[in-house]
Amino acid sequence: MFYDANSPIWLQVADAIKTDIVTGRRALGDKLPGGRDIALQYAINPNTAARVYKELENERLVETRRGMGTFVTEDRERISALKQQMAEKAVHEFITKMRKLGVSPEEAAQMLAQEDKNA
Amino acid sequence: MLESKAVTKAFGSKIAVDHVDLKLEKGHIYALLGPNGSGKTTWMKMAAGLIKPTSGRVEFEGKPVDIDSRRYVAYMSTEPYFYSWMSVRDMGKYYRDFFEDFSYARYIKLLDSMQLSEGLKTRALSSGMMAKLKIAVTLARDARVYMLDEPFNGIDLLARDEIRANIIEAASEDKLLLLSSHLVEEMEAIADRAVFISEGRLIENVDLEQLRSERGLSMADRYRQIYGHAEVNQQ
Repeated sequence: MFYDANSPIWLQVADAIKTDIVTGRRALGDKLPGGRDIALQYAINPNTAARVYKELENERLVETRRGMGTFVTEDRERISALKQQMAEKAVHEFITKMRKLGVSPEEAAQMLAQEDKNA
Repeated sequence: MLESKAVTKAFGSKIAVDHVDLKLEKGHIYALLGPNGSGKTTWMKMAAGLIKPTSGRVEFEGKPVDIDSRRYVAYMSTEPYFYSWMSVRDMGKYYRDFFEDFSYARYIKLLDSMQLSEGLKTRALSSGMMAKLKIAVTLARDARVYMLDEPFNGIDLLARDEIRANIIEAASEDKLLLLSSHLVEEMEAIADRAVFISEGRLIENVDLEQLRSERGLSMADRYRQIYGHAEVNQQ
């Protein structure tokens, strides 16, 4: 994984794991790698890896069971909410870019529909 | 864990390290940064107890470091230090005899990860293989402090990934790692703090995630800010 070294690395790794959860690459209730393994997998500092889990825990996307490890939440609604939130963010970024290019939201919507037909 | 108190080192009239006050805590991987001749190696050698400061001192857990500090400090210098007639296996045995905390099993694991075979004679090693061997003998120890001077020098891109993984594996809450390298980008994600020095003086000791979130700067950006554009290795 390549990082944007100008923004916090924990945030980028947390986003990658969130994407894995939403897309089902990491299923509900799946056990996640331990802190050291996540550090190795993403080639990041172990403290940064610990921060990733702490933040995901704060967002109730994962839970740590004492002596057992860290698991993806089994709360389906929480994951739907995450998916919604990530989709909204992607749309917001898209619209922002389009605005910069001088494309109105209406035109952008038309372009999207056209793109979808062609795909 | 490791504290430098007004440490100064002069070689004749040249001051290599100039009143450096620096506190390094366990549980972190520090990147030690500065252009050539800024005093990184000299400071590390003093912290490893290999050379004495002209004034001031370095303490490990409150006690001044000296030659005995080698028992808990694993230091990898930039100079080659192997006997050419020794094989990679002999090197491991030599280190095992010398350092109580050396694990031969871990040495084998490190060699395997970097595709170095035990039977090779050190004189037959390429510079890249030699660099890997130095890393293997250093990280095979269960030291409290690891100081690696230029661990990525002479090492190809793919092997750098292995070295990074080995460094992450060596890290733990009760250990301190200090890496010095010109390849700043190689250390962005594995270091969590950076120490910048210039002309023998400490510039700053910063938390890297904080640098990114509060100032929007990468370690390489900060390096450019401090030293100007000339010295950055864009690899």
